[in-house]
Amino acid sequence: MIDDDHALLLDVRGMTKSFAGVHALKGVDLTVRAGEVHCVLGQNGAGKSTLIKTLSGVHQPDGGEILWQGQPVTISDPQSALDLGIATMYQELDVVDGLTIAENIFLGHELSRAGVLRVGDANRRTRELLTRLGHGDIPPSTEVGRLSAATKQIVSMARALSRDAKLIIMDEPSAVLDSGEVENLFRVIRELTSSGIAVVYISHRLEEIRQIGDRISVIKDGRSTASGLAVSETPTRDLIRLMTGRDVENVFPDAVPVPSNAPILLEVSYLNLRGSFSDVNFTVRAGEVVGLAGLVGSGRSEILETIYGARKATSGTVAVQGRTLASGSVRAAVAAGMGFSPEERKSQGLILDEPIFKNVTLSTFARFARGGVLNERAERNAAREQIAALELRPDDPDRPARTLSGGNQQKILLARWLVHGTRVLLLDEPTRGVDVGARAEIYALIRRLAAEGTAIVVVSSEIEEVLGLADRVLVIGDGDVLATRNAGDIDESDVLDLVMKGSAA
Amino acid sequence: MSEQKTTILTDAEPLPGASQQSDRPSALKRFLGGSAGRNLGLVIALLVLIIIGTVTAGDRFADINNVLTIIRYASIVGVISIGMTFVITTGGIDLSVGSVMGLATVVASLSAVQLASAQFSWLLMIVIALLVGAAAGFVNGMIIAYGRVVAFMATLAMLVGARGLAELISGRRTQIVANNEFLDIVRANVLGVPVLIWIFAVVAIAGWFLLNRTTFGRRTVAIGGNAEASRLAGINVKRHLVYVYTLSGLTAGIAAVMMLGRTTAGTSTHGTLVELDVIAAVVVGGTLLSGGRGTIVGTVLGVLIFATLINVFTQNNLDTSVQAIAKGLIIVVAVLLQQRFATRGPSSGRK
Repeated sequence: MIDDDHALLLDVRGMTKSFAGVHALKGVDLTVRAGEVHCVLGQNGAGKSTLIKTLSGVHQPDGGEILWQGQPVTISDPQSALDLGIATMYQELDVVDGLTIAENIFLGHELSRAGVLRVGDANRRTRELLTRLGHGDIPPSTEVGRLSAATKQIVSMARALSRDAKLIIMDEPSAVLDSGEVENLFRVIRELTSSGIAVVYISHRLEEIRQIGDRISVIKDGRSTASGLAVSETPTRDLIRLMTGRDVENVFPDAVPVPSNAPILLEVSYLNLRGSFSDVNFTVRAGEVVGLAGLVGSGRSEILETIYGARKATSGTVAVQGRTLASGSVRAAVAAGMGFSPEERKSQGLILDEPIFKNVTLSTFARFARGGVLNERAERNAAREQIAALELRPDDPDRPARTLSGGNQQKILLARWLVHGTRVLLLDEPTRGVDVGARAEIYALIRRLAAEGTAIVVVSSEIEEVLGLADRVLVIGDGDVLATRNAGDIDESDVLDLVMKGSAA
Repeated sequence: MSEQKTTILTDAEPLPGASQQSDRPSALKRFLGGSAGRNLGLVIALLVLIIIGTVTAGDRFADINNVLTIIRYASIVGVISIGMTFVITTGGIDLSVGSVMGLATVVASLSAVQLASAQFSWLLMIVIALLVGAAAGFVNGMIIAYGRVVAFMATLAMLVGARGLAELISGRRTQIVANNEFLDIVRANVLGVPVLIWIFAVVAIAGWFLLNRTTFGRRTVAIGGNAEASRLAGINVKRHLVYVYTLSGLTAGIAAVMMLGRTTAGTSTHGTLVELDVIAAVVVGGTLLSGGRGTIVGTVLGVLIFATLINVFTQNNLDTSVQAIAKGLIIVVAVLLQQRFATRGPSSGRK
């Protein structure tokens, strides 16, 4: 039990940070005591990453105070964070594959005498550090590229110890691990904390936080909604409310009941992708919104991408309006009237330096062309129609997509498929990086498209979003469809229960 | 597919005066960063070179025949540069163009010699040169697109391989092209302008049209801008890359025909290091090496700048080593200026 007896290590008060006018942090408080595991919980885009980067010296806060062992400090760069004793383990581990474990651990503070590396000393100290972490069996001269993700994390932790870290920040360390490896990670974390080192553990997996966390802070939309709650005394329901905290009824438009004789537009039968998911079956009728709910890594995005043909299914079929599509062919899917809005809008969806209208017509410019010669005037007009219909801002079709907000970039993708005349729309995280106000607009658009007869499949890591948008929900866990329910018959804790039972089985 | 949906949606109320965002760069910077501004910079650079040439070499430089010499010299590199502009716009590179051109001159001239008695048609020789170029480009494209080999390595292999093949086929001997009909046509003047320059002009105009006005050009820019987004939008990225590298090979084939006409010989050493001149001209012209932006007008200006530079140096009897240093400087300065005026900022992501 962590209480006031433990020395206060880090005290962050009212931290703010904005990027180019976007407020990423609007007032975050965080107090970390020596020897505790302090979990930071928040949805995607809540500001967790920005908080970490501010503490590790990558970003400078605009406002607020950082007290380190009671003294106000400025963390001007990553080196000064390390000098204080704050080490960070990023999700995409910053180890160098081509170097040995020992070389990685002493990277940037190499042991040397008169410029000559003391390889033997480095190896010996590396062995000590690894032993302390319960991995004394790994030879320090092993090349890091040959290690598993789990062992790379150990290397990263050993590096933090080599710097005499008093606080180690771990950014979703379990995301790349299987359940056995997670157990081992927790064991190592407990060893660290028993020697007085504090761990800030970032995750959105509630069940892990229950297992490893002492106290918990919640961030929502860049603001602290709770700081330093005791994990054992806070019910999951409260955590979810603190994390999402919105008035569900006001945000989600009413669903229009789907007539039972509405034609089936999308039929997915026994779809399998080895290593990702198995035997996914469902149909979507015209006007229906089907949601896939599940945790990160459950296979939801892979299912969507496989339906679209961006990944080649191991077996199973996808049919649009009764016609089976060629497996693994995006072109076949698009030709059949399917549209897809990918999870990573900027890297997978848009050509950021091209104007809005060319992004809108990326799937259809050939249709406006005659004999291979483009008709940009017709393209601009089609884009203008959609800009007006979707209230896309700015309304100038020649503005580069890069200059638009997340919500308006999402509208470009919707516009693209509207111009195409899509009947089946697959949306992966349609509101990621979209602020709350614009979310309601995106939700309204999705419902409007459904009302006009489009079949829609939505994937979101926000369970609330899936439940609020969808008519029917498929709960996905570890690549299996755990349950299919009408949206009205299931709530968030049911979904979480199903997912946890599914992963325990 | 229902076109109907689009029309329903337009019934929505019109936008209330959407506000312009304040993060627009200043008008001057926008102009200099835009394509017109970039080309203007190149025109100014060219004018400066012309003034230097006129001042230092006077009548010899400003003579119409000298001007035609400059452009004629530029035309072979120029034709290849047009194909290279497409390749670089996709974010790729083609290092093999010089040796592919050499190979094409060898194969075409050898066929001409071997079939001379059988009334070899000069047209067939041209076709063979073009086919050799296109075939080499096609192989490049297949290896890059379907074999997923980095363009730099795939075309480097072709650079070495094609040169070796050319040496093997020719036995390192130079084949003289003796077909007078062919030579008369390639070395003729039309309206006072050499045919080589006409070929360059036609290829440049066709290239401009292809890049800016056709679906082919749109796909090229889109793939260079974001290959994954293009794929997910339904563009056949791999097939298009094969087309683009084939196009690049084809321009090397056209250049081979021009080379055969100009030098009256086919040899495996034709085109050695030409790829460097070509890439320099394209990049100085304003096409981004990272892909997504290509400019044919810029490429033509880049080619002319280098050709004029060489001519100015030659007219003043300056050492070729000094020429090389000046070329190096121009490349660096041009790229530095490009970065200064490039409108694309650092990625404005929140994380």
